[in-house]
Amino acid sequence: MSTQPPQAGTGPEISIRGLHKSFGDNEVLRGIDLDVAHGEVVCVIGPSGSGKSTLLRCVNLLEEPTKGQVYVGGTEVTDPDVDIDAVRRRIGMVFQQFNLFPHLTVTENLTLPQRRVLRRDRATAARIAAQNLKRVGLAEKADAYPSSLSGGQQQRVAIARALAMGPEVMLFDEPTSALDPELVGDVLAVMRSLADEGMTMMVVTHEMSFAREVADRVVFMDGGVVVEDGEPAQVIGAPRHERTRHFLSRLLDPAMAEVEEETSDQVGGKTP
Amino acid sequence: MTDPTTGTTPAPAEVRPQRTGLTRRQKRRLSRGAQYAVFVAAVTVLAVTADWARLANQFAQTDIARQMFPDIITQALRNTVLYTLTGFLVGLVLGMVLALMRLSSVGPYRWVAGVYIEIFRGLPALLIFIFVGVAVPLAFPGTEIVGGTYGKVALALGLVSAAYMAETIRAGIQAVPKGQMEAARSLGFSPARAMVSIIVPQAFRIILPPLTNELVLLFKDSSLVLFLGVTLEERELSKFGRDLASTTANSTPILVAGLCYLLITIPLGFVVRHMENKAREAVT
Repeated sequence: MSTQPPQAGTGPEISIRGLHKSFGDNEVLRGIDLDVAHGEVVCVIGPSGSGKSTLLRCVNLLEEPTKGQVYVGGTEVTDPDVDIDAVRRRIGMVFQQFNLFPHLTVTENLTLPQRRVLRRDRATAARIAAQNLKRVGLAEKADAYPSSLSGGQQQRVAIARALAMGPEVMLFDEPTSALDPELVGDVLAVMRSLADEGMTMMVVTHEMSFAREVADRVVFMDGGVVVEDGEPAQVIGAPRHERTRHFLSRLLDPAMAEVEEETSDQVGGKTP
Repeated sequence: MTDPTTGTTPAPAEVRPQRTGLTRRQKRRLSRGAQYAVFVAAVTVLAVTADWARLANQFAQTDIARQMFPDIITQALRNTVLYTLTGFLVGLVLGMVLALMRLSSVGPYRWVAGVYIEIFRGLPALLIFIFVGVAVPLAFPGTEIVGGTYGKVALALGLVSAAYMAETIRAGIQAVPKGQMEAARSLGFSPARAMVSIIVPQAFRIILPPLTNELVLLFKDSSLVLFLGVTLEERELSKFGRDLASTTANSTPILVAGLCYLLITIPLGFVVRHMENKAREAVT
């Protein structure tokens, strides 16, 4: 991997160089190097506390890296002088807990950021909101409040809200982990169609079938480092590393998988 | 209930043999009966011993009460409401500023707001009124507070209520889940814009009941205008009632003024409880 900062338009869409992140004494990321090419879908998998969510949150600087650089579309996100609000406009983020604005209707959730941040006029914002709601199949919920929607619907609205800002990159932080199993499919279908349209996506997920079918690459993280990085068929189907094999076998055992999901992913930190 | 893990002594009533031979239900009935008996006795004693004619004469003279209208509504109640609302508005704006200062990442802002809140929560409202109404004009002769008495009252009530509202607003802002700010920031909102567009509107929804309570408190505190020395047109309910009570040598005006307060505070109390119940339903 090159250590040169990528140039806009030519290099990878997301470029992560020597990324470290500590919470106090707890070193969650221990030197990550990762590139995501334009239009590529990369799924990040790994056990709880492996640092995969933290890695994603470092890409749009929701977490400030302790060391290292992150480039998005050629702009160094980690540069102290960068206009972070401007960079974040180009990066859509979808959270595990949806984080819709509960005091606004579905449409207002989509139009308010466009109008306040992008300074779009009311009519334009409304038109783009309607397009994106249609895109996630929720046009009929335009005037509903988030609390009246199912988790799966809320998550699709959250995706539409991010898309309405016209991002170049989408980050998904365990988008289906908080959903009832029967609601996962609709959200994954939306993400799949987004991938088919050529969106650059970085997805932290436990959905192995999604990773296998949709991802161009799968990255397995453990203990704050990238253990394995390759094509889905290889990483999931024929892992080279013992830790990857161990993780996948536990994931296939439902009893162990449940223990996995109950522990927090944020600051766990696990020694390799 | 007993706790097997700690091994504490169980509550006496549950386990001790009942020496009286009464069942628990019988005991409860007996206790409740005694309470009713005491209540009925107290009411009877009051009713028999009270000098009803004199009470009616002193507190419920209809001609004096009639004499108070319409001024008590058009002037006194109007002024009370005006003092309260302007004071509330000043307090809300100042309280908002103080709350944001308390949450600021800049140390001196936090300290200044903290000191203000501690001082003004610790002082009697009356003292603030005297300070604004008497001490300031004495110390700086020639300075006029904008709006005369109305300005002074708004300022005094605002200064007092801002300290309480600042703490309420701060708690409200902190009660908004962290993910809301994260979602706003990742959409490209600046911290200030996220605060104004996303966090504060949700915070106000949360603190609407305590803010309404603060309004009720201010409504009553507006009676402290009594100590400012106001013109006839500036009188509010308490001053109006007291003045009339002394000219007529009768307490009826006090009673009527009191009823006027309740006319506002009791419905507001219902509104608060209704909002609290609705908020509780929304959570569950």
